[in-house]
Amino acid sequence: MLRYSVKRVLLAVVTIFIIAAITFFAMNAIPGGPFAKEKASEPRIKAVLEKRFNLDKPVGEQFLLYLRNFAKGDFGVSTKTGREVSTTIFTSFAISARLGSMAILTALVMGLVLGSLAALMRGKWPDRVIIFFTTLFVAVPSFILATLLLLVFSHLLGWFKVWSISDPNYTLPVLALALYPMAYITRLTKSSMLDVLGQDYIRTARAKGVKEQLVIFKHALRNALIPVVTYVGPLTAYILTGSLVVETVFNIGGLGTHFVTGINNRDYPMIMGTTIFLATLMVSMTLISDLFYKAIDPKITFD
Amino acid sequence: MSQSPLLQVRNLHTIFPTESGEVRAVNGINFSLARGKVLGIVGESGSGKSVTAYSILRILDNPGKITQGSVLFEEEDLVRLSPGEMRHVRGAKISIIFQDPMTSLNPVYTVGNQLSEAIRLHTRRNRQQARARALEMLTLVGVNEPEKRLKQYPYQLSGGMRQRVMIAMALACEPDILIADEPTTALDVTIQAQILELMQDLKEKLGMAIIMITHDLGVIAEMCDEIIVMYAGRVCERGTAEEIFYNPRHEYTKGLLRSIPKLETGKGRLMPIGGSPVDLLNLPEGCAFAARCDSAMKICLREQPEELRINEHHLASCWLNVKNQMEGGQEHG
Repeated sequence: MLRYSVKRVLLAVVTIFIIAAITFFAMNAIPGGPFAKEKASEPRIKAVLEKRFNLDKPVGEQFLLYLRNFAKGDFGVSTKTGREVSTTIFTSFAISARLGSMAILTALVMGLVLGSLAALMRGKWPDRVIIFFTTLFVAVPSFILATLLLLVFSHLLGWFKVWSISDPNYTLPVLALALYPMAYITRLTKSSMLDVLGQDYIRTARAKGVKEQLVIFKHALRNALIPVVTYVGPLTAYILTGSLVVETVFNIGGLGTHFVTGINNRDYPMIMGTTIFLATLMVSMTLISDLFYKAIDPKITFD
Repeated sequence: MSQSPLLQVRNLHTIFPTESGEVRAVNGINFSLARGKVLGIVGESGSGKSVTAYSILRILDNPGKITQGSVLFEEEDLVRLSPGEMRHVRGAKISIIFQDPMTSLNPVYTVGNQLSEAIRLHTRRNRQQARARALEMLTLVGVNEPEKRLKQYPYQLSGGMRQRVMIAMALACEPDILIADEPTTALDVTIQAQILELMQDLKEKLGMAIIMITHDLGVIAEMCDEIIVMYAGRVCERGTAEEIFYNPRHEYTKGLLRSIPKLETGKGRLMPIGGSPVDLLNLPEGCAFAARCDSAMKICLREQPEELRINEHHLASCWLNVKNQMEGGQEHG
């Protein structure tokens, strides 16, 4: 277990390094740069700026310099705003993470409950209602859903205020983020639960005299969770980093927003910072979900 | 025989409603089981053996349900018990082991966990006591290194070992009846013999009654005090093992016996029963076996035969017996 974890962590570091290298060289290979504007700026100013950001050196050297600073914990300064990249990432990630963890929790709890319910009441009306809505939420793209939520509950009904930094109301953004994964988890749980409920060991449990609730929650759910866990790992990383679309629709300055504006501005330090941060998050979430996998399914052995 | 039997199944009917109609799996079964006896239920796939067993314990798969009849256990009708009361019967008074030990244990819990669960459900033992009892049971069913097995998961055990664990789990609360639903079908032959021997042995030690369900007459020949032959959810013949084997009086039973390979007459071909099992969605009016029966008469297609007593230890439901008896009667009269 420990050996496996250490191996996985080392592999993760390699993965992240490769991602960083590819991003760095690809970013530099694209014509133009942070200070290339439609209106040419004064060559002298440009030269100073490029020297300040090491852009005058060969790309290989720039990469080594970046790595050296990175190793010291220095992500650099944004070429656009002049602020520390790390500060921007961490403050915006705080918002994205808060939003994301609420969304994940909602999606997970609702998905598991609704999925189990649909499986247990298969063919009856609750099942049909649940399946109708989950199909809807899986099919409708999030930018339409987010806009619709905003239009109906904020604009027409006025139940929830529009997001603002000073008075953030999380309900609608969380819903917009959570509905798709919730619907997906519901469907996953339902099919997995149905599969498990037809297994012989469920009949064994009933034949032992186990209470129906325990048959479901002890004997069935844990087995049914196995496929769900696989999905939840990457999902967590995806949601925690902030869904760009939802953040844009609700005008939330989360990490997703900075990621995309960084790319638009050719803000090299910002692009590198956010990419490495997201990659690290993604890799560690996958690792955690793999370890969690082991915890619920004894058949999975490492080494 | 004055004492009332331990278990009495009376006119039991079980159906599975489906979109294309009612699958009538069990159609009026009657039998009784005395304390400490072994009853064999024989029949091919789909004859209603397992459904009968699941009906007794009320663990039918959805949407199966009992529509008629009663299951009297110690003079209490199990069909009419509340779900809560029924739970105290399952595993405590009547236990069951299943056909496929590979899939009958929960893969995500240890053997010890699953054994202790069964024990703690029906007795007042605490965690340590339940563990001790689990260990004792594993030793009793001949599992080697029982201490180690308690901590293992089902996937770490062989098929024969898992069936032993299932038996240990079923017998942990000292039930009055053990239902064995084709306990050896999924195992290879040497393990089959070991498991049957184990069951025989445990019956002597613990004194429970056994209902042995199988499609293999050879399996139950030695063990059973009484044998029921089932076809299309009905009993077609019943009697002592000796009567069924040496004096079969139903064409279906004869067919089953012909399809057993015999070592002595090794060169002869096996005689399978022709045709396919009856469609339980559309049961015929007459004898369900008539369509596959070489000796079928007109009446067989029209009317169901009643059970007719052949002798003190033997009953059969076949019109041929009625015919023979009438002819015999005429000759004598």
